[in-house]
Amino acid sequence: MAETVRLATARLTAMYGKFTAVKDVSITFQANTVNALIGPSGCGKSTFLRTLNRMHELSEEGWITGRVLLDGEDIYASRVSPMQLRRRIGMVFQKPTPFPTMSVYDNVAAGLRVNGRPGRSELDGVVEHSLKQAALWDEVKDRLRGSALALSGGQQQRLCIARTLAPRPEVILLDEPTASLDPGGTQRIEELVFALKREFTIVIVTHNLQQAARVSDTTSFFYMGTMVETGATRQLFTTPREARTEAYITGRFG
Amino acid sequence: MFRVALTIAALAIPILLLFLLLELHSGARLAISRYGLGFVTGSTWDPVAEEFGAFPLIAGTLLSSFLALLIAVPLSLGVAIYITEFAPRVLRQPIAFLIELLAAIPSVVYGLWGIYVLIPILKKFVFPVLRSGLGFLPFFQGPIYGPSMLSASIILAIMIMPFIMSVAREVLIAVPGSQREAALALGATRWEAVMSAIIPYARSGILGAIILGLGRALGETMAVTMLIGNRNAISASLFAPGYTMAAVIANEFSEAATDLHFSALAYVAFLLFLVTVLVNALARLLIWRVARGSGGGKGL
Repeated sequence: MAETVRLATARLTAMYGKFTAVKDVSITFQANTVNALIGPSGCGKSTFLRTLNRMHELSEEGWITGRVLLDGEDIYASRVSPMQLRRRIGMVFQKPTPFPTMSVYDNVAAGLRVNGRPGRSELDGVVEHSLKQAALWDEVKDRLRGSALALSGGQQQRLCIARTLAPRPEVILLDEPTASLDPGGTQRIEELVFALKREFTIVIVTHNLQQAARVSDTTSFFYMGTMVETGATRQLFTTPREARTEAYITGRFG
Repeated sequence: MFRVALTIAALAIPILLLFLLLELHSGARLAISRYGLGFVTGSTWDPVAEEFGAFPLIAGTLLSSFLALLIAVPLSLGVAIYITEFAPRVLRQPIAFLIELLAAIPSVVYGLWGIYVLIPILKKFVFPVLRSGLGFLPFFQGPIYGPSMLSASIILAIMIMPFIMSVAREVLIAVPGSQREAALALGATRWEAVMSAIIPYARSGILGAIILGLGRALGETMAVTMLIGNRNAISASLFAPGYTMAAVIANEFSEAATDLHFSALAYVAFLLFLVTVLVNALARLLIWRVARGSGGGKGL
C-alpha cells in the first residue's frame, strides 16, 4: 500500500478554558487505514478526536494550540471554513443520533441538503450508494420513507454512518460507535469499518481493546491527556515499548 | 383516610369545572331557548331592543388572538432560539428572567400603559406608516382610531410573548445536544443546525407553546377591553374598533338590566368557555403526540 499521510497532528494541545485535556500529541494517520485510539475514561482520546474535525472548539471554552494537517494543510488556518472542513472529515457518535422527524432517506440526504440543493436523481443515487456502503440497504430499501426511529439501535448507527458517508468525506471519525450496541450490532459495525477503509481513512475511539485489535492497523494509547505510545496494532499489543501501555493492555488498570 | 382526602381533592377540580359549565348553561338557558344557534351567527347586539347576536364578538375574539399570535410567535421563537443557541452564557438567564417578568404584570396595568403610551405611539407613527405603505390591502384602510382591533392585538401579543417564549425555551433546552452535534458534524452552520435539527426535533413542543399562548389570548379580558374600542361590528380594517367575548361580558355584566340581557351574556360566556376548552384540548392532544415520540422532544 502506498504510504500517503492523510491526517496528522503536530504538537496538538486541546484545552477547556485553563484545563488541559490533551497535551502535545503528534500522530500521523496514513490514507486508507483504520487507526484506533485507546485508553481509560477521561484520558483525552475523545477530545483529541474532536479536534480533528474542529468540533472541540464548539465546546464551552474549547481551544487548541498546535496543528492538524489534512493532506498537508492546516485545518485551523484562518481561511479554512470549519463547515466545509467537516464535510471532508465526517464524524459518528457514541449513541446513534438519527434525526427523529426525518425519514430514513432524508436522514442520509441531510448532509447533502445542508448547503446546496442536489437534484432528485443525484440524491437518489448517493442515498442508495451510501446505504449500500453502510451495509444497510437491504434492510431499509423497502422503507426509505419510514421513520428513522423505527430502526433498531444497530441499524440506526449504520444509518448514521451512511449519513456521514453521503457527502463523500476523506476521513471518518468514530467516537466509540459500538458502545451502546449489542454484540450482533457491534460485529456488523466492525465488519463495516474494516470494509470502509478501502475508500476512507478511519480514526476510531474505543474502550474495547479487542475491538481495537480486531479492526485497526495502528493503535495509539492515551493516558492522562498524553499520547503514551503509537504504533502498528500488532506490535503495540504484543510488544509494547512503554510499561504503562503494557499495564493497560494486560488489564492491570483502566 | 389520607387517601380519601386526596381523592376528594383531586376530584374537586373536575367537579368544579362541571358545575361551572352547568351554571353557565343554566344562566344562558333563556337566551339559548330564545335565539338558539342564531345567536352564534347574528350580528346585532342591542340590549334595549333585546336583540342579541354574538358573531362579531366571536370573530373579534378569534381575530385579535390570531393577530396576536402572528406578532408574538416569530418574536418569542426568535428570542427563545437566541437565548438557547446564540446568546453569551452570562446573558441567557437575565434575558429569560426579564421576559418572564412580563407575565407577572397585571393585565389592567397593560391596559393603562396601552392607553397612555402604546396607542399614542401607534396612532402617531405606526398606523400612518402602515396605511401609506400597505394601504392597498383592505386591512390597512380607513380612518385611524386609537383604540382598535390592531391596538388590542399588539397589546395581546406583548402579553402572551412571555408564555410562548418560556415554554419554547424549555422545549429547545430539552433537545439533546447530540442532535445539534450531529448536524454540525455534517457541515451545518449553527443556524442551519437550528433549522434542520433542533427546531424539527422540538416542533411538537413549540406548537404546544403557541397553543398555550393562544389559550391565554382568547381569554384575556381587561387589557383588550381597554384597547379594542368595544364596538360590536366586523370591519375589514384593523384600524377600526372591534369587540371580544370577554370584553362584552366585562363591560355589560354589572349593568345587565333584564333577565334576557343577563342570559345573553351567560351564553357568550358559555361559548367562550367552549372555545377555550377546545383550544386546550388541542394542546393536550399535541403534547400527547409528543409523549408518544412521533415528533421527538420527549422531554416535555
